Amino acid sequence: MSRAGARAPLDVHIAKKRLTSASGRTIDVICGLALRLDAGQVGALIGPSGCGKTTLLRIVAGLDEQFEGAVKRPAGKLSMGFQEPRLLPWRSVEDNIRLAAPDIGDNDLRSLLEALGLAQHRSHFPGELSLGLARRVALARAFAVKPDVLLLDEPFVSLDAPLALAMQRELAGLVKERAITTVLVTHDVSQAVRLADRIFVLSPRPARVISEIRVESPRAAMSDEETRALKAGVEALLAPQHASDEAGDETGRR
Amino acid sequence: MAARFVSLLTLLGFWAVAAHFGDPRRFPGPLEVSAAIGRAVQSGELFAAMTVTMARVVAAFVLAMAAGVAIGYAMGRSPFVNELADPWIVVLLNLPALVIIVLLYIWVGLNETAAIAAVALNKLPNATVTIREGARALDPGLDEMARLFAFSRWKRLRHVEAPQLAPYFAAAARTGLSLVWKIVLVVELLGRPNGVGFEINMAFQLFDVSLLLAYALPFAAAMLLIEALVVQPFERHVSRWRPRAA
Repeated sequence: MSRAGARAPLDVHIAKKRLTSASGRTIDVICGLALRLDAGQVGALIGPSGCGKTTLLRIVAGLDEQFEGAVKRPAGKLSMGFQEPRLLPWRSVEDNIRLAAPDIGDNDLRSLLEALGLAQHRSHFPGELSLGLARRVALARAFAVKPDVLLLDEPFVSLDAPLALAMQRELAGLVKERAITTVLVTHDVSQAVRLADRIFVLSPRPARVISEIRVESPRAAMSDEETRALKAGVEALLAPQHASDEAGDETGRR
Repeated sequence: MAARFVSLLTLLGFWAVAAHFGDPRRFPGPLEVSAAIGRAVQSGELFAAMTVTMARVVAAFVLAMAAGVAIGYAMGRSPFVNELADPWIVVLLNLPALVIIVLLYIWVGLNETAAIAAVALNKLPNATVTIREGARALDPGLDEMARLFAFSRWKRLRHVEAPQLAPYFAAAARTGLSLVWKIVLVVELLGRPNGVGFEINMAFQLFDVSLLLAYALPFAAAMLLIEALVVQPFERHVSRWRPRAA
């Protein structure tokens, strides 16, 4: 794998994505959406529910090729944490990870399991795990392939608050350490503010980027007040009645 | 378990009592039948007949399951293949076993090929339909996961699809085995010079019910044993990962 290729930006341009509903109607899910992430950056996609975030992620992953537009992915490995864990129920936690990441070494696997609090569940089957644990296994699997590009679809829902925080810290550490270009779909503004370098606020369906917000880096330097202001800004954008009025104010906020 | 045993003993008791009052030739009791079984075992004929029949059961079963899995999987995965093959399957499903057997004996001849093909063809449509159901129920989420993590075709088949199809396969095997062995007896009765079905035909010609049961009961017992010792454990094994498997 060429590192130079893996250092290329992730460039997504979707002119139009249509889906056919069960009743046979065609719906424009995404229309004129463009976003770009430099190598190693974390981008958060945030938007009203049902706006097409998951569809967008599947397109970026290459799982859906029925759209108008182009996605340029950096060379190298792609990994994804789906919204549901999608583990093989007939395989142990360890086997699930190893099947996706056959090259992972014993030490890497052990430290990854420890980092995600899964060490004692290594030989358990997915049916024996709570949903929260299963999601952590799915996250471990997503990291285990040592991706250059990582797509995460609501990775922290159904985890209780302290655990979600711990996982976010873990995620932030891994992503920074390995400089993984990451797209994170979330509906949680504080999560986006905490993790992302760029926040892309999406419109209701058909989705497009109504605002791209840069988050000050390093994050630690941000005061609580700045963080609050940023959150307020994103939340205002998400409230439908203000979407058009306040977009201008908040765009490009430093 | 105890209740089953008591129930079985009661059946034997009724049989003995009924036979006591009936015509011993047309309705022999358990003792007469055991004696007939003893004679058939001693002469070696029971064993020979059962071996031949069992070989036919195995051949027809393997053939029907192999073809059923291949066709059923293809039909479940591809709507086009389903459109093509479905009418054939419906015709086969609704053709009486006897018609298939007689037609094959006429067209292919009174030989082993026709016999085994006729049994396999009788089993094929319901194996196909069961496996098709399984192939349709394959989890698209796991399929997507396998694509994303770049599983090879073989790895996907082995680790993602086969375990999902296994319970359907086990169900098809269980119903299939009981269907196949019953049809094999008919095929033997109609056009084979050996096997349990042939012996039953002989007993029928002689109006010898003891002899008839002497072949039928041990064979049925053997099939029950295979079902209990092979098929059911296999079914449990392939569903062991289900957390609340009954």
